[in-house]
Amino acid sequence: MEKWYLMTIVVLIGLTVRWTVSLNSYSGAGKPPMFGDYEAQRHWQEITFNLPVKQWYFNSSDNNLQYWGLDYPPLTAYHSLLCAYVAKFINPDWIALHTSRGYESQAHKLFMRTTVLIADLLIYIPAVVLYCCSLKDISTKKKIANALCILLYPGLILIDYGHFQNIYNSVSLGFALWGVLGVSCDWDLLGSLAFCLAINYKQMELYHSLPFFCFLLGKCFKKGLKGKGFVLLVKLACTVVASFVLCWLPFFTEREQTLQVLRRLFPVDRGLFEDKVANIWCSFNVFLKIRDILPRHIQLIMSFCFTFLSLLPACIKLTLQPSSKGFRLTLVSCALSFFLFSFQVHEKSILLVSLPVCLVLSEIPFMSTWFLLVSTFSLLPLLLKDELLMPSVVTTMAFFIACVTSFSIFEKTSEEELQLKSFSISVRKYLPCFTFLSRMIQYLFLISVITMVLLTLMTVTLDPPQKLPDLFSVLVCFVSCLNFLFFLVYFNIIIMWDSKSGRNQKKIS
Amino acid sequence: MDVGPRLKAWKPRSNHQMVVCIHHSTDFEVHRNWLAITHSLPISQWYYEATSEWTLDYPPFFAWFEYILSHVAKYFDQEMLNVRNLNYSSSRTLLFQRFSVIFMDVLFVYAVHECCKCIDGKKVGKELTEKPKFILSVLLLWNFGLLIVDHIHFQYNGFLFGLMLLSIARLFQKRHMEGAFFFAVLLHFKHIYLYVAPAYGVYLLRSYCFTANKPDGSIRWNSFSFVRVISLGLVVFLVSALSLGPFLALNQLPQVFSRLFPFKRGLCHAYWAPNFWALYNALDKVLSVIGLKLKFLDPNNIPKASMTSGLVQQFQHTVLPSVTPLTTLICTLIAILPSIFCLWFKPQGPRGFLRCLTLCALSSFMFGWHVHEKAILLAILPMSLLSVQKAGDASIFLILTTTGHYSLFPLLFTAPELPIKILLMLLFTIYSISSLKTLFRKEKPLFNWMETFYLLGLGPLEVCCEFVFPFTSWKVKYPFLPLLLTSVYCAVGITYAWFKLYVSVLIDPPVGKTKKQ
Repeated sequence: MEKWYLMTIVVLIGLTVRWTVSLNSYSGAGKPPMFGDYEAQRHWQEITFNLPVKQWYFNSSDNNLQYWGLDYPPLTAYHSLLCAYVAKFINPDWIALHTSRGYESQAHKLFMRTTVLIADLLIYIPAVVLYCCSLKDISTKKKIANALCILLYPGLILIDYGHFQNIYNSVSLGFALWGVLGVSCDWDLLGSLAFCLAINYKQMELYHSLPFFCFLLGKCFKKGLKGKGFVLLVKLACTVVASFVLCWLPFFTEREQTLQVLRRLFPVDRGLFEDKVANIWCSFNVFLKIRDILPRHIQLIMSFCFTFLSLLPACIKLTLQPSSKGFRLTLVSCALSFFLFSFQVHEKSILLVSLPVCLVLSEIPFMSTWFLLVSTFSLLPLLLKDELLMPSVVTTMAFFIACVTSFSIFEKTSEEELQLKSFSISVRKYLPCFTFLSRMIQYLFLISVITMVLLTLMTVTLDPPQKLPDLFSVLVCFVSCLNFLFFLVYFNIIIMWDSKSGRNQKKIS
Repeated sequence: MDVGPRLKAWKPRSNHQMVVCIHHSTDFEVHRNWLAITHSLPISQWYYEATSEWTLDYPPFFAWFEYILSHVAKYFDQEMLNVRNLNYSSSRTLLFQRFSVIFMDVLFVYAVHECCKCIDGKKVGKELTEKPKFILSVLLLWNFGLLIVDHIHFQYNGFLFGLMLLSIARLFQKRHMEGAFFFAVLLHFKHIYLYVAPAYGVYLLRSYCFTANKPDGSIRWNSFSFVRVISLGLVVFLVSALSLGPFLALNQLPQVFSRLFPFKRGLCHAYWAPNFWALYNALDKVLSVIGLKLKFLDPNNIPKASMTSGLVQQFQHTVLPSVTPLTTLICTLIAILPSIFCLWFKPQGPRGFLRCLTLCALSSFMFGWHVHEKAILLAILPMSLLSVQKAGDASIFLILTTTGHYSLFPLLFTAPELPIKILLMLLFTIYSISSLKTLFRKEKPLFNWMETFYLLGLGPLEVCCEFVFPFTSWKVKYPFLPLLLTSVYCAVGITYAWFKLYVSVLIDPPVGKTKKQ
């Protein structure tokens, strides 16, 4: 690639922004007794380093699970162990059993931030760069611009480098991205291996698992289940099983171990949702307190049914007509359904939706940019709590400017470019006056952005009334949820009408 | 067309907002103190106040500038405006100070926009990113040195350089009066720009006051225009009167000047700026060590300070003769003179002026008294304008900027800043080298093997100084070694760039001849 230097510069810009954000405060800084996610990550290093593997997930006198117990899959634990060895080398106090609780210092912060940066540099960033280079049908300049926008996406930067999530999102998302890359370049085995690693790093990656499954299954069907397709299916199954067994090896020795890890991973008893999250249940909660009315198992079944129903059409479509583009779109809609309807969702899980949206950025720039802005906005209450207002505003503006300049998104709002052509054609068969779609979307964008800006300003400047101390964060969640619902509908529409447009184009050509 | 880079340029500037919490350089306190002085004291006290050690030592316009700022500052935090509140800092104070720099950068951005208009776009490529104008605007707006000095270390260089670039742009646009006006104003903001004043003076006299040339390019004495001289003089006089007048009326002029030109400080700063004197000091040190080894020198006669550390203000030479302010002044003048002669006898229009200006800035950086490493920006920024027009200049520019910027590294010395400075430096260096290479890809390569080797050497140097050295036993014994190495290594590069630029200016044929050819 003759423009390699521009790509280097893009990566360097991404790194610089990441590091500048990381100079800010993190979650739970100086807030005993529980501190925050930063402390959780440090605590895991302490646990994994000092205790034998068998005790990692069990409550004991040395391992109080109430105090940031390990609740992520084995790969996270291994990663913590690795970091712990480095920490031990630099300063053993950082991971001393019991005594290091709530340890905070400038040097330690620097160390933790560096671990994130290194993980990011090794896994996420190369995946993004490779992904952008592998895109077809667009110019080199567009590829580089695309990489810049993805690397500048503020949500991920702010959560990983500002808030410091108790799990490195860039690792799990990076693995998932390697998976996407592998699967869409027809290196199916490598892709599924990478994706298994992602799941074993963070169980939330299950949001992405159905599209992967359907896409690979669809590929097998396409090759014919009696010949090559079957071979592929067997190979894939072996890869998945093997990688899972490898990751879980220390925990497969005893039944109780495996069950305990699973119990820690899927804490069903923690309720339908926690805190304020921009999904259906939390927003619905404003009108009706579902959590108090319905028993827990009904909640579970209900959320399962809703999730399943909402992602079913897209998945069936993908299985029947597997295509790279359809795969990425299905990733978006599935993750979004999970985020909106499933049980026990965190506000940070929106990143799992944002990643696939980043992947369609070059195809549907207008809608993707809009979505990514909303997703960052939905994290506002969390970021405010961590005193990350300034970096959030700055990175969001930088991201927005980058998107506007590199994709000129405001000129790409015709039905054709929003991928809604075939949809509106089919609607017009019944409603001939249905011509205002693109105009309507532009207005919706305007309204949405104005609401977001106003709400941000209000949250920052006004004090909420005493009766409703959470007024603004609930409003933020509610508004984001409405936006997300709209996006769910939109993405499902373009998935369902996708191939028809392809057929139409063929007819035309 | 320039909107893209300009918008992008705001990014780093605003991103450095996020650095707010970590760095408190002394310059923060300096400017806070000046805000307090100008806000709470009458004018007659401004240049006498000495509660803080950071007394007001900039010309009056800058004091007025601080005065205006202080009236905004009082809405942020009243406490920072108290003269007795030494080393006061609060998050609001920091926020205000950072924002004031960012706000003043608007002028810089405007100046860059004006400069880009003056660049002749003869090599118009297809793509925006390959146009000289685009490259120039990125080179100026993303300038690593300016970014770290203004937005991390904290100073108000952005708008001062904005004024300078604006006056240069005006000279390019043949609006000489405006150019002279802006430069006069600039001089009364910060007197370090006196270094480049000879270039301005001679250029305006030669190319503006003399309205015509003989066919061979030499001067036509009867074309002298008195009106132009008088109007120029009037502009300069009025600006100076506005600035110094009040202090003349108060009979404080000697006090003001004694504050502006303190010769009590040493030859070099604590960290040697990478100039001729750094090489001189290093040579002295090497000679004294050799002398001691070979028993030519008596250890008892050697001043203690010079052997234990390079970090003392008063560096005493042991072997070579000590340097006085007068010596440096004479050296500087001698170094500047040839370029001035060139400007007078071989006028090459605004381009020649720009080269002379760069040379003046570089020469005074090389030989000046108590030069600060930040002064290298004075040469780098005007040189950027030259670099996009000619391959030869581009190669000199790249050597100069890369070494000059690297020599700024010791300004940021805390661990959290380390990745930032390295990343930003890489960003700027990679961009400048590769974009200029693409721009001049049809001409001969920009660097020869020696230059490439030298520039690549900066990498290992950085690794040694900041990653390896702190873990060695020398850290206690010779704590000054990394700084010494950095400054000597960079001094070599900057001296080379200065020399090469001088040679190219001296042997360059005048415009008239090139046209004939």
